[in-house]
Amino acid sequence: MRRIYDYQIKELVKKLCIQANTVLRRDVFAALKSALKKEKNKIAKRILSAIIKNALIAQKEGLAICQDTGMAVIFLEVGQDLKITGDLYKAIQEGVRQGYKKGYLRDSIVDPILRNFLDFNPAVIHTEFIKGDRVRITVLPKGFGCENKTKLRMFNPTVSLKEVEDFIIETVRSAGPDACPPFVIGVGIGGTADYACFLAKKALLKKIPNSKFQIPDKSKFSNFQIFKLERKLLDEINKLNIGPMGLGGKTTSLAVNIITYPTHIAGLPVAINISCHVLRSATEVL
Amino acid sequence: MKRIKTPLNKKEVENLKVADEVLLDGIVYTVRDIAHKTLVEIIRKKGEMPFDLKGQIIYYCGPTNTPKGKIIGACGPTTSSRMDEFTPILLKTGLLGMIGKGRRSKKVIEAIKKYKAVYFLTYSGCGALLSKYVKKIRTVAYKELGPEAIYELEVKDFPLIVAIDSKGGDIYA
Repeated sequence: MRRIYDYQIKELVKKLCIQANTVLRRDVFAALKSALKKEKNKIAKRILSAIIKNALIAQKEGLAICQDTGMAVIFLEVGQDLKITGDLYKAIQEGVRQGYKKGYLRDSIVDPILRNFLDFNPAVIHTEFIKGDRVRITVLPKGFGCENKTKLRMFNPTVSLKEVEDFIIETVRSAGPDACPPFVIGVGIGGTADYACFLAKKALLKKIPNSKFQIPDKSKFSNFQIFKLERKLLDEINKLNIGPMGLGGKTTSLAVNIITYPTHIAGLPVAINISCHVLRSATEVL
Repeated sequence: MKRIKTPLNKKEVENLKVADEVLLDGIVYTVRDIAHKTLVEIIRKKGEMPFDLKGQIIYYCGPTNTPKGKIIGACGPTTSSRMDEFTPILLKTGLLGMIGKGRRSKKVIEAIKKYKAVYFLTYSGCGALLSKYVKKIRTVAYKELGPEAIYELEVKDFPLIVAIDSKGGDIYA
């Protein structure tokens, strides 16, 4: 059985926290650049240029891309054949604390009732088991300007797809300028209420397709349906004329990412988790 | 491109129109949620304010920690609407400008019109870029609140867009 130690996890989490907060994801950066090329609105172009310049400055100088360095959300995928020696969760929390401190990130975490305990952690940890003897760790720092716009709706099973689409578009419209567009829209459809919310967050990790992206194989019918729905929603959202900072233009969203899961005959949970344009995450396998 | 300096005077503010792009030189005070609540409590109890609001600009911002060798860390705007319930009384007390991101409530727009003030936007989600326009930082009050403390920032060429002007014009209307 392959063995790793908790301090290796701690060091990796520490590194990923700094990396995620200072180096914008490549697919997000590419999507912003491609949006700038396509955008016609003058002020939108100016803002997109500033956003791109901001990412370059952050990376070059090791500064946080955004002052809201978020609440760290950790996706932990543990190989079932891996033996981890030591305290895994403690190592992750300590890695977050040390990473946020070393990276001069922001101490944004408070007690929910007293609201007075300032520190860098705890993080929210989602654990899943996978095959093999490796562990895959993703750090997603989630800012709250956009997190505050999260929506969950429990639809009737007889709902039309059109009503689900309208709910998604309406959620984006009401998030508007406050949540720092252009967005990436994470959508979880199915499962239970809590699981749909988890899927919506996880959907933010899906890579944004670039212009050379291959359209998926039609034979994988379910995937193709989702792909078509993502594209349709993206087109409609980009007609809302919200634009960067909400000042107009066709760049309201860079992507719509959907993950589905089977659900109960009596319902259809749909969760939406919006990310601002500073969609940050960093992943590594140990 | 218009240029303004702090402290603001009413005439200067009245010259600003919705969608004007403006460069700011001078002082802004970072005040966010908890500090807003505190300032409003002080005003209601007629206590002593940590700084004089007259003609000043509040910046809705909670910077990161300051990296070694830098003046300030990332320092972009936070969502303004969370401050809406506290804003009218601050405007009544003499505040003339605010910088943040996103929409404001009807009550805030009315108060901006009444007191002939101004609400600006700056590039949201661009905290690293905006740190380049900050030349000095000083802690004014509530140091224990960390990123939610009140800081005095001296800025040069700080980029702004007028979102609500003194006549009540709103860029999001």
